[in-house]
Amino acid sequence: MATVIERDGIEVVPAAPAEAPFRRFVAEFAESRLAVVALVVLAMIIVAALAAPLISPQDPYDLNQLDILDGRLPPGAESAAGFTFWLGSDDQGRDMLSAILYGLRISLGVGVMSAVIAVLIGTAAGLAAAYFGGRIDTLIMRIVDIQLSFPAILVALILLAVLGQGTGKIIVALVTVQWAYYARTVRGTALVERGKEYVEAARCLALGHGRILFRHLLPNCLPPLIVVATVQVAHAIALEATLSFLGIGLPITEPSLGLLIANGYEYMMSGKYWISFFPGVALLITIVSINLVGDQLRDVLNPRLRK
Amino acid sequence: MTVFIIRRVMQSILVLFVMSLLVFVGVYAIGNPVEIFVAADADQAERARVIAALGLDKPLWEQYLLFIRNAVMGDLGKSFVFNQPALGLILQRMPATLELAFTAMVIALALGIPLGMYAGFRPQSRIAKAIMAGSILGFSLPTFWVGLMLIMVFAVELGWLPSTGRGATAEVFGIETSLATWDGLSHVLLPALNLALFKLSLVIRLTRAGMRENMLMDYVKFARAKGLTMRRVVFVHVLKNIMIPIVTVVGLELGSVIAFAVVTETVFAWPGMGKLIIDSINNLDRPVIVAYMLITVTMFIVINLVVDVLYSVLDPRVRLADMKG
Repeated sequence: MATVIERDGIEVVPAAPAEAPFRRFVAEFAESRLAVVALVVLAMIIVAALAAPLISPQDPYDLNQLDILDGRLPPGAESAAGFTFWLGSDDQGRDMLSAILYGLRISLGVGVMSAVIAVLIGTAAGLAAAYFGGRIDTLIMRIVDIQLSFPAILVALILLAVLGQGTGKIIVALVTVQWAYYARTVRGTALVERGKEYVEAARCLALGHGRILFRHLLPNCLPPLIVVATVQVAHAIALEATLSFLGIGLPITEPSLGLLIANGYEYMMSGKYWISFFPGVALLITIVSINLVGDQLRDVLNPRLRK
Repeated sequence: MTVFIIRRVMQSILVLFVMSLLVFVGVYAIGNPVEIFVAADADQAERARVIAALGLDKPLWEQYLLFIRNAVMGDLGKSFVFNQPALGLILQRMPATLELAFTAMVIALALGIPLGMYAGFRPQSRIAKAIMAGSILGFSLPTFWVGLMLIMVFAVELGWLPSTGRGATAEVFGIETSLATWDGLSHVLLPALNLALFKLSLVIRLTRAGMRENMLMDYVKFARAKGLTMRRVVFVHVLKNIMIPIVTVVGLELGSVIAFAVVTETVFAWPGMGKLIIDSINNLDRPVIVAYMLITVTMFIVINLVVDVLYSVLDPRVRLADMKG
């Protein structure tokens, strides 16, 4: 705590020496070794997903490279052509490692895409509710409350039952499920921020609504939004996998991790575990590492916990 | 109080109305209702009959009223696959789902409270840390994948329990339940455990937090100073206090357990409502889909209404905050 100087009966707190906020953020984040490991793992997953066509041993969807005779080989088995299936192969003779790398791409893509759209919609709604108040606030928050009173999976299920299958449709369903969380978070923060002096100062300068909302309020609402977004991306990925497993999510042309797991379901009973097991492990590692990073972000960005 | 209840009931009716409108628009405006309510192999006469029955020649608002009237009278069309009224079909499957959800809740509480109490009592011990790490996993593991792994380990590899389906049922107090026979119990164990996992993690965390908070309270020190054994203080005095939040949250989560049963039922081929809706979506059995949507939405609105009213009875602050808003 900085020393307090008293001048003319008014307490003056000298500004703390300038410290690069980003550096402090990094230092605080690194306090938890587990979170750093999770971040590294997550970065590796993202790189692997982006570089899937370059690093995967096989193009799993090029039928010329597949041999049905290599179907359902256990992990570590070698094909007649001398190709090693490190994680086994599925019923089509597809290398599971390659299929998982390609599947990660789709799972992460759909998860991130839906989160970005949901953030935009939710933030706009939450900011509008907090800034304008009154009827707009009541209306938006009632919709949010009502939607959050239904479980996410039920909302997604009903939407997909009506809309049908498809990549665009599952993104619509995921966005519908998620936007309310962002709206509630942003509104809560923005309500607190709105009462602060800098907003009043901006109003006194007769700045427009748009400028105050986006240049002044929004940047100060970002920390909790980032935390919620991290956790929600993990939720979105898990929900997409669940819906795809149930056969109502992504179409078979977009084989995400959930579809890979569903594909192995029927072979499970005969003890061929690897077709479902390894995509599930990939999904699990992704979700756990996102959650661990999110947990640490919450601790670092929460001003109440700051020493 | 009365004003609050009336307002909440009005709001529920409004939500029900909006939802029915959405379902109606989804089914009638986006899709072609003739295709929806007539099987693909129906002949011309059947088509004409359905068009007349649905009143498709009338204006849209009249069609909506007809749809609502049919729904209220319990006529939601016939399933293409089972050739039975859709409503009856769903009500027939409901006991299996409720049984599964109930068993899952019991497992979550029976395991979660003792584990959470231990983790809160000795937070620094290795076992407590293991319990908490397990609860993080429970939150992160996708339910359907855990279900597959349970089948693989206990049904395929070890062969201890049956992998799919519902076992023999017996009648207890007029209710058909599989909890009354050994065969039924062995069938329900794996799916219930699967469904319970997420709630188990939640109960562990709640109990642990409550335990840690309560152990620092003065009444615990006083009871100890009076010479009561630690055992008695924890299991009588503290336990009573941590039960309050647990009971509330568990009540609130019951609805989500029923919704998530969709996943578990599909994995374990459990013949409940959830399996029915997924099969119906895959078979394009739309009357069943429409009936399921209307029934579950109504069910959730009623659950939410009851929870809201109970809450306002238990905690007057909720009521006051609402009146101001």
